[in-house]
Order: sequence, then C-alpha cells, then structure tokens
Amino acid sequence: MTFDEWLRVDRLPHIYCAGCGNGTVINCTLSAVDQMGWKKEEIVFVSGIGCSSRAPGYIVTDSLHTTHGRAIAFATGIKMANPDLKVVVFTGDGDLAAIGGNHFIHGCRRNIDLTVICMNNMIYGMTGGQGSPTTPRGALSTTTPYGSSEAAFDLCGLAAAAGANYVARYTSYHVKELTLAIRTGLGNPGFSFIEALVQCPTNYGRRNKLRQVSDQIEYFKSHAILAQKAERMREEGKKIPDDMIIIGELARRNRPALGVRK
Amino acid sequence: MQGNTACAEGALAAGCRFFGGYPITPSTEIAEHMAAKLPKVGGVFIQMEDEIAGIASVIGASWTGARAMTATSGPGFSLMMENIGFAVMTETPCVVVNIQRGGPSTGQPTMAAQGDMLQCRFGSHGDYSIIALSPASVQEMYDLTAEAFNLADRFRIPVFVMADEIIGHMRERLMIPDSVHRGERKLLGKGNLPYQADDDLVPGFPVFGKGYGVHVTGLTHDERGYPCATSPSVHECLVKRLVDKVESARDSIASCDIVNPDARVVFISYGAPSRAVEQVLHDIHNDNVGHLRLKLVWPFAESLLSRFSNAETFIVPELNMGQMAREIKRHTNRRVIPVPKLGGALHDPFDLAALVEELL
Repeated sequence: MTFDEWLRVDRLPHIYCAGCGNGTVINCTLSAVDQMGWKKEEIVFVSGIGCSSRAPGYIVTDSLHTTHGRAIAFATGIKMANPDLKVVVFTGDGDLAAIGGNHFIHGCRRNIDLTVICMNNMIYGMTGGQGSPTTPRGALSTTTPYGSSEAAFDLCGLAAAAGANYVARYTSYHVKELTLAIRTGLGNPGFSFIEALVQCPTNYGRRNKLRQVSDQIEYFKSHAILAQKAERMREEGKKIPDDMIIIGELARRNRPALGVRK
Repeated sequence: MQGNTACAEGALAAGCRFFGGYPITPSTEIAEHMAAKLPKVGGVFIQMEDEIAGIASVIGASWTGARAMTATSGPGFSLMMENIGFAVMTETPCVVVNIQRGGPSTGQPTMAAQGDMLQCRFGSHGDYSIIALSPASVQEMYDLTAEAFNLADRFRIPVFVMADEIIGHMRERLMIPDSVHRGERKLLGKGNLPYQADDDLVPGFPVFGKGYGVHVTGLTHDERGYPCATSPSVHECLVKRLVDKVESARDSIASCDIVNPDARVVFISYGAPSRAVEQVLHDIHNDNVGHLRLKLVWPFAESLLSRFSNAETFIVPELNMGQMAREIKRHTNRRVIPVPKLGGALHDPFDLAALVEELL
C-alpha cells in the first residue's frame, strides 16, 4: 500500500510535533485497515479532542471529529444506526480516561462493535503538558510540578474488566505487534481496545529526563514485558517492578456483541 | 392519548428511526414508547449512560442519514448543551424534545415549567441560531414533533420541541392523520464541497458510507470541512451563515394562531399557559381582547406583533420569570406585561381575566 492513498495529502503538513509517536500509530492503523481489504467508503473514523483526535482529519474516509471525551458515544450512534459501517475510534489518555471515562466503560460493557485505539502519551499534549489519568506517579507535568501524587489508570485492565471482547497493549516501539493487534481488533466482533503507548518529546519527555525521542522509545523497549512472561513471573513468585509495561494480548473472548448485523 | 406518547407517535410517523437517550422525569414515557415501537419498524432504540451520550449517539446516527431524536428535561438538557453546539457547528439535523420541569437544578421533577426557553436558544457557547416549537395540546405534541424533523432536515440544525410537564402528561383526543408531510434532507451535490452552501445558505448533506469521504469537525472549518481555526474571515463567514440560514427564514417559517387581530389588549402565549388564555377569551368574549399563540417560538418573528395594529398592551403569561416577555419587549414600543408563574401550577384564568378588565 501507499500511504498517500489513505491520506488527505492536501492537508499536509500535519500539526504533530517532530518526534511525536502518534504518526506511528496512524501508520500501523492504516496498514491494518488496508490489510483488511475494506473499501474506503465503508470506514468511518471517529475521535474526540486532543492530539490523537486530530488523526481522522488526515484520512480520506468519512470522519467525525467530535467533542472532548465523547467519541465512543458518537461512534455508538453511527454503528447502531448503520451496522454495515466499520467504525474506528482514535482517542488519547485524557480524552478516553478522564472526561470520557464513563463512555469508555459503557462501550466495553455493551461490547459495541467498535475498534478503539488509544494513543497514550501520558500527558495532555495539545494544551501544553498537564497531568493526565495515565501520568505515572512521580512524573512531572505543568500541573504536577512536584511529581504526580496520583496512581495511573490501567486502561487495558479497565477495558477487560468492563467486558471488551479484545484488549491489547503495545508501544510505538512495537510496530509489527501493534499493527497485528489493530488488525485483530478490526476483525473481532464487539468492542476492541488497543492501547498504544507513544512518546511525546515536547510535553512529556522534555520534563521527565527523556528529552530525545530515542530516549523514550528505548524506555518502552527496555520496560516492556510480555503478558505471558509477566504471568510466569507471578507464578514463580517474582515481583514485577511497578514501572514495567505489560504488553501483548490481554483479553480475547467472544461475548455477544452489539451493533453487528444479524 | 398522553402527550408524551403522542410525541413519540409523531416522531415515528415522521420516519424517526433512532432514539438515544437517558430516563428523566417528566419525559421518560417518550423513551419508553420509542423502546417499544422502534424495533418493530426497523429502528434503533438505545439507552445511553447519560444525556451527553444520548445526544452524541443521536448526532452520530444522523450522519448515517437517519432521522434521529432524543427526549429529556432540565438537568439532562443542561448536560446536552456542549453537543448541541457541536450539532449546530457541524450542521447535523436532529430533534431534541424537552418536557420542561421546574428548575434550577433538580427543582420540581414532576411539575411543569417553561424555564428553559432561553437555554434552548442560547445555552451552548458561541453565537448561533436554532428553531424551537412549543406544543399546547396532545395533538400538537404529535404534529409539531413530526414537523420538527422536517425543519431539522431543511436547515440542518437541532430543532427543539419545548413542551412542559402539563402538555407531556395530559391526556386528550388525538386525530392521527393517514400520513404526515415528510420533507427530504437535501443531499450534497456531486462536485460541491461538503460545506459549500446553496442559495438557502444550507449545504447539501453528505451521508456517511456513501463515498463522500467527508471530514466533519466541531472546529471552525472551511468549505472543504477542513479545520481552519485561526482565520478570522473563515470563522466570521461560517458563524454568520449558521445564524443567517435560520434568521433569514424567520418570517417564512413563523407558525402561530391569531385571535382578534384588532384587539387593544393582546395575550401572547406558547405551550400550557395558552390553555388558560383560551379560557379567558372564551369567558370574556370581547373583541378588544386578542391572542397570539406561538407554535414556533424561536426564531421569534417580530413581524407577528405588527399584525395587532391596535394593540396597546401585550400580556405574556409564562411558566417562568418572563423569558419570552423579555424578547417581546425588545421588539415593540407598546406596553408589555409579563405574568410570571412559578411552582408548577398553571395561571388561573380568573386572575388573567381580572388583569384584562383593569386594562380595558
């Protein structure tokens, strides 16, 4: 495939900062969508507000760039009213887990047939680097100048507990795995949730000793641990350090899905 | 039939095939009736997790080409405001029914009010214009709800059916017509840009899934639909068109009943208080007492006031502190007497008659 075929090239250059991880996730998503063999007119991208949510504006399909936190609720209306459409949601950690948290858990509970891709940069990037629900404890941001004193949300744990059919987590380092996970999510009926940890050199890395893009990618690489390995370690009674990122497929099941044509 | 049920039936007759909402007194019967009926006509009912999600799902459904609605009351209406602005900005047709109850806050869940008349006009941020209808009978719950869908499709805006607990819960005889007039949503013409308006200032609608490849955003956008949020001229042009497409039509879409246009004292009412006014006119039987009953409240057509050339005084009974009276005062030099009524009870026709006799 060529990306030009999927992108609104007349809208380039895009708004993302140099070194932003969102482009990687957009590339992985478009590769996965292309591999599905879907026609462009069958696909609708939906998003809320934030850096991640600008992605649909660069893709040639129909797209709805909605209000902050509400993308899943809008997407639910689209999918219920026309189950023939393939509906993919781009969201971020602030959009999904803070203002949109309730729509997220209810989307999982309904198991509505959407693929939700969260670009988790652990910060509010668009507004200049405020702490988000996934900012790690101790991390610096403009609203946690002495280090965050709150625990970070485990978005995948939340999605799995709330009933999503497919849940996976990777990072912008794991391009092939991420692409495969998105493809699996697209093909899986019901709510598919894929979390992609991404670097934000401008607003996260700069304040947290990960100034270079490669610093944060290296961090993802060295701190990622496969779910199966983590499980083995737990069984062996070994402690998994708090700062490790558990990656892989975290839930895959076949609960009845909503919004699928019978 | 009950007013709320008539509202749901009117929506179904108009071809509404999507309802997304959240239960709230005193509007819940509309959702319940839609939950029972929509699956039988191939439609979708979904109870969302809150009113924010309710209106969001309705807007999403509308982009698939469906006629879509929600129904709520004060607290839920407040929650919907941000997404109503989104519907305005993206020009998404949808119908929002508000069975008004006493506010502010939780207020009087089971009692009637008209306290949201300014909120429906101005409640979301930024400048815009919308259409609001106000039924005064069970029949009008049916008729005006059906008409709301036509207006929403024609102007590509949210249209409000601003009823109240009295009209929503009253039971009256309803004449169901064989069919209701159904306007079409004008589609985007081939070769036109998605937000390129026609002469009526309304762009054609590009239904999702039909190959239009349209980007729809709440950001200020150009005619291509692309975000263009820092150009003063693009923003000014867009917002002026959003306002003008409705305001320039206000005389042509005005809908009202007029009684005794030569009268000296004229009641202006909408919704439930109209019932008390009708009683007064019936009892007094005096050609010097007139009545302007608005079925379409917003945009307020001030030209209607000049239809009463001999009017010395306009009396405006409302179930609020004078929300529409304020608008009427803005448009006339003649005396305007608001008759506010709070608490949920309707105006007593004897009190209104006494006021008229003082003035004559």
